[in-house]
Amino acid sequence: MSNVSQEISVEKSETVLSPSKSIKLRISRSNPETNSEEKFDEFVIPVQKYSTVLDVLLNVKSHLDHSVGVRYSCRQASCGSCGMKINGKPKLACFTKIEELDTDTVTVEPMENFPVVRDLVVDFTRMFNNHKKVMPYVVSDDSEIAPGTDVKEILQTPEDVDKYIQFSSCIKCGLCNSACPTMAMDTSFVGPQALAQAYRYIADTRDKGKDNRLKIIDDSHGIWRCHFAGSCSQVCPKGVDPAMGIQLLRSYLLGIRS
Amino acid sequence: MMIMRESIVMKIHYGTAIGAVFLTVIHIMMRMTQDFHESLEYENVIANYQMIGYAIMLELLLILISVHGFNGLRVILLEMRQGPTYEKAVTYGCIASMAILIAYGSRTIIMTSMGMV
Repeated sequence: MSNVSQEISVEKSETVLSPSKSIKLRISRSNPETNSEEKFDEFVIPVQKYSTVLDVLLNVKSHLDHSVGVRYSCRQASCGSCGMKINGKPKLACFTKIEELDTDTVTVEPMENFPVVRDLVVDFTRMFNNHKKVMPYVVSDDSEIAPGTDVKEILQTPEDVDKYIQFSSCIKCGLCNSACPTMAMDTSFVGPQALAQAYRYIADTRDKGKDNRLKIIDDSHGIWRCHFAGSCSQVCPKGVDPAMGIQLLRSYLLGIRS
Repeated sequence: MMIMRESIVMKIHYGTAIGAVFLTVIHIMMRMTQDFHESLEYENVIANYQMIGYAIMLELLLILISVHGFNGLRVILLEMRQGPTYEKAVTYGCIASMAILIAYGSRTIIMTSMGMV
């Protein structure tokens, strides 16, 4: 009996905590309301093996500077709130570990192609408006529950679901729009996020809104302005491939697919 | 500002690109019917223009490249700035420039093929 407790005791004493190191965090600070120019505040922060950029930012907010503007919610790459430019690339702060950046200096800036509200917080109004414009819902006269009858199911085969399922993973974080070179130039461009969602519903066999959606995106600032740089697909944290969705949408408009 | 649906414009854009590449290949291959330097001598060039089939091909090439090029320019300019007045000016400006270029090029082809040069 005493042997067992000794073993447990030994095991506890040998538990290894992840080694701590420190990084320099550079945070972009700006406030368009007061016309303050962008500047960088620097903080030296201890990090653990699994610390994320969001953890480090919240550490700064809690202990060093409460005024840092950062938007976050779920901390698990589901809500799409904490998108920002991390060491020059658009990423989710909660989904980016310090360790994977492989550097002692981490620079965080607000996402490109969005108006800055303050510090790391950007305004999503344009993206949400474009998202709404492409009718991001199934357009159908059929109800899954027919009144006065038994429950009716609208069946889809696994192949039907495969056509759009990856596009359903979009969390509207805006990283794709931030990485898009056309969005940087053309302020009226509908953007990869909305185009990918247009494809998601057009490819859905339950949907009857294809013609209307195609008319909406077939505009001088619509789908044809995509240069197929592919950066939208590279930065998506959920594995959505907006660039592919855009090419598939084009094939509908060119009459290659019906 | 929409003269025609953008998908139709882009179908024309892609079609003119394919057509222009095809005719340019024929145009370059015509140089191989004789020695390259010889093919560029004044008399030989004029003789090419006076072959009715070749003159029609040059006219088609002129139209295809002008349509494709000016639509490409329109797309670039629309990306650089936005606004209804600007976009209208760019669209009509490109159409007018394209028409002027085609008219001027056609004049050269027609005058040369009719022996007026």
